[in-house]
Amino acid sequence: MSEPLVLAEGVRKSFGSVEVLCGISLKVDPGQVLCIIGPSGSGKSTFIRCVNHLEKIDGGRLLVDGHLVGYRRAGNKLHEMRESEIAKRREDVGMVFQHFNLFPHMTVMQNLIEAPTKVKGVPKQQAIEEARALLKQVGLSGREKAYPAELSGGQQQRVAIARALAMKPKLMLFDEPTSALDPELVGEVLDVMKELAKGGMTMVVGTHEMGFAREVADEMVFMDAGVVVESGKPREVLANPQHERTKAFLSKVL
Amino acid sequence: MTQKAVPLSKDPTPRDPMPAAEDLVVVPVRHPLRWVAVAVVALLAAMLIHSLIVNPAWQWSYVQGYFTDHQILSGIVVTLELTGLAMLIGIVLGVILAVMRMSPNPVVSTTAWAYAWFFRGTPVLVQLLFWYSFAYLFSNLSIGIPFGPTFHTWDTNSLITPFVAGVLGLGLNEAAYMSEIARAGLLSVNAGQHEAAAALGMGRTLALRRVILPQAMRVIIPPTGNETISMLKTSSLVIVIGLNDLTGAAQTIYSQATFLQIPLLVVASIWYLIMTTILSIGQYFLERRFGRGTRRTTQQQRPGQRLLAKLRAQRHDDSAQAAAGV
Repeated sequence: MSEPLVLAEGVRKSFGSVEVLCGISLKVDPGQVLCIIGPSGSGKSTFIRCVNHLEKIDGGRLLVDGHLVGYRRAGNKLHEMRESEIAKRREDVGMVFQHFNLFPHMTVMQNLIEAPTKVKGVPKQQAIEEARALLKQVGLSGREKAYPAELSGGQQQRVAIARALAMKPKLMLFDEPTSALDPELVGEVLDVMKELAKGGMTMVVGTHEMGFAREVADEMVFMDAGVVVESGKPREVLANPQHERTKAFLSKVL
Repeated sequence: MTQKAVPLSKDPTPRDPMPAAEDLVVVPVRHPLRWVAVAVVALLAAMLIHSLIVNPAWQWSYVQGYFTDHQILSGIVVTLELTGLAMLIGIVLGVILAVMRMSPNPVVSTTAWAYAWFFRGTPVLVQLLFWYSFAYLFSNLSIGIPFGPTFHTWDTNSLITPFVAGVLGLGLNEAAYMSEIARAGLLSVNAGQHEAAAALGMGRTLALRRVILPQAMRVIIPPTGNETISMLKTSSLVIVIGLNDLTGAAQTIYSQATFLQIPLLVVASIWYLIMTTILSIGQYFLERRFGRGTRRTTQQQRPGQRLLAKLRAQRHDDSAQAAAGV
């Protein structure tokens, strides 16, 4: 039995006096796809951001690849990590944002090779070749020289996925990757994500796309008001929700 | 004309059939006030040109004669050196102060705030005089361990020459203003950019250098161009500490022959105009370079074409309005 890639035990997070995560426990095994569904403000974005230490957790334990996120343990003491140590851990975790967040002053190719060359020290020529392969994978061969502003939202998000993959991460986080897209552009992004899942990538996806979740997810959790209300196989959760809150949410979105 | 006007609500001739679209003639809106403005400006310009030609006090022959005088030319070199060095200090220190101001460390951010408070709160003229008289405060400057042994000592007067005092006074003052400009630029970059860089494993310094600053530059460059142009002229204040910049050179020449005052001020003005014009052109190219990837700047015209394009656009708008009115 392999170790889970993501393990959360009673993870808590507050913004001021508002508790947005009230003890989240879940796990993601290597190669698995976990879809987190739930209404806006349920805490799914915050949880995903915690996994990458973009938000600091206030309680509980969060481990990625067997390492505590943001802390080093020595005996019974937890030492907060330095910026550089946190950055090092993030190299293994790719993240795709709702609003793409491509670097607008760089071309598609520059966006893709920036982190591999500057952070990992990959030789430029090698990085370019890998980037070309990734662009082919997301169906954007030939757009190397375009600036993000010249691409559609769907194309930008596919570049953003390729950019995250360029770091060869063990885990990919998706924070509502299709919520900012025009409806007709959602499909092309989901198709790329499906291929990625088929290729064995471990993924945590916060999403409103129930069709995608049903088809691709190995595991699904429904979050509401900072707690995991229900979890299980997506077909079971979607077809036969056990909790009132899940039923109420699904009746609105399905 | 007015007698023929009829209430708009009613079709004047109900039986007048609408002609085919291609037979309709579009009459653009007239702008009579524009012609009034043209007349006023033309009159003022004519008066100015008339004075320039007729009034002998301009003494154009002296303007021509002193235009490339060696004192004037070496004054220009001093002005350019002062401007360049002061802006270099201003920009580098300003960006550092801006980054310090945004530091999570309260001591660091307060220091940056206090710097801007002090240097923006006192006149640059006073600061220049202050640096010039620095020797009264500390007659020697030395490096060594604070309160401990010193390794080397300099005489302040030999270290802070009037030129050094000028560069320090102008540059340190500029840094206070540049720090605010740089801070506005850094704040203008979307928070998502910091997060995207962080998520890719980039450290704070790398992200700042490769992702944040290049984008902040788009916001920082235009006001920095303004500051540089402003500095070119503000640097003339160094005449109070006895430096012969362009203004100083002009003053030196006409202090020996007062009748030359007007022509030499004209010489200085023309040179300042030439230099600021060249700087504005440089600024345009810098803006274009740092505007990469944004639609608005990539489609911008050259400065010379702007007026023409604006006029053309206006006419287009006018005829569009007229067409809509049909």
